[in-house]
Amino acid sequence: MISADDVDHLESSQTMTCRELIDFLEEYLAGELTAEQVQSFDAHIAECLECRNYLASYRSTIRLSKSALARDDAVPDSVPEDLVKAILAARR
Amino acid sequence: MGQAVTDRPGPAAVVDSDAEGTLLARLRRGDASAFEQLVRDHAARLLGVARRFLHNDADAGDAVQDAFMSAFKAIGGFAGGASLGTWLHSIVVRAALMKLRSRRRRPEQAIEDLLPQYTADGHRVQPGPGWCNDVEERAERDENAQIIRQCIDQLPLQYRTVLLLRDIEEFDTEETARLLGINPNAVKTRLHRARQALRTLLDPYFGAAAAVSK
Repeated sequence: MISADDVDHLESSQTMTCRELIDFLEEYLAGELTAEQVQSFDAHIAECLECRNYLASYRSTIRLSKSALARDDAVPDSVPEDLVKAILAARR
Repeated sequence: MGQAVTDRPGPAAVVDSDAEGTLLARLRRGDASAFEQLVRDHAARLLGVARRFLHNDADAGDAVQDAFMSAFKAIGGFAGGASLGTWLHSIVVRAALMKLRSRRRRPEQAIEDLLPQYTADGHRVQPGPGWCNDVEERAERDENAQIIRQCIDQLPLQYRTVLLLRDIEEFDTEETARLLGINPNAVKTRLHRARQALRTLLDPYFGAAAAVSK
């Protein structure tokens, strides 16, 4: 939950620290911040190369995990027949 | 007649509403061939889902079997608001989570060790350079996809589970909270920590320093 102090910091890019930005990154990407808070975020990101890099790598992390697991071969081409038989037998 | 199911967890599938309605009616009548059709239509995909959580074929097979048993018992109460595939997807995820909970927990790295560290004035300690520009191209290579999966596996279980449910299986926050029996804020916190930790684990492989050293 975002406290009142946190909100004050979030709405003032002059006092927002890198830690605060990263702590609320999830809310920022989920679109859960107010317009003023987003403005503070965007201003900090514009000024801070390290946070720009962190945001880019955080977004890449999400995409990489989705693509790595989406392309894995966990889904078999066909269901193993012994599994089908076991399921149907258990139902009786 | 057909409609793409793309707004729900699991891989998108074209659902023939009429055919599914007919199958559902047969299932409710206890038609044995309908149960077999349900299994043959969905078991492969559900096995893939279970494997993502359990990594062990025997456990994944058990979870799928448990899922179908639950589905058979509950078919009378299935209202049909979602597709059968979507409904089964939730059931197999629950079965896989129960299987995970019953396993002996292996030693895990504390999540705090994988989160960013900060100085007293709120800057990151040793932020390092950013990641390579061609991260996603490099991730397409088989060996890198394997590395990413291994890094996901290194996450502590409660964080890995939320990452899988939210980012891979694409359940929303409320559904994830219900599946795990925790509150939605806990889901959000765990998801953010899981992503941060995964980023830390991937950094040696995809950071700009990694590209220079290769």
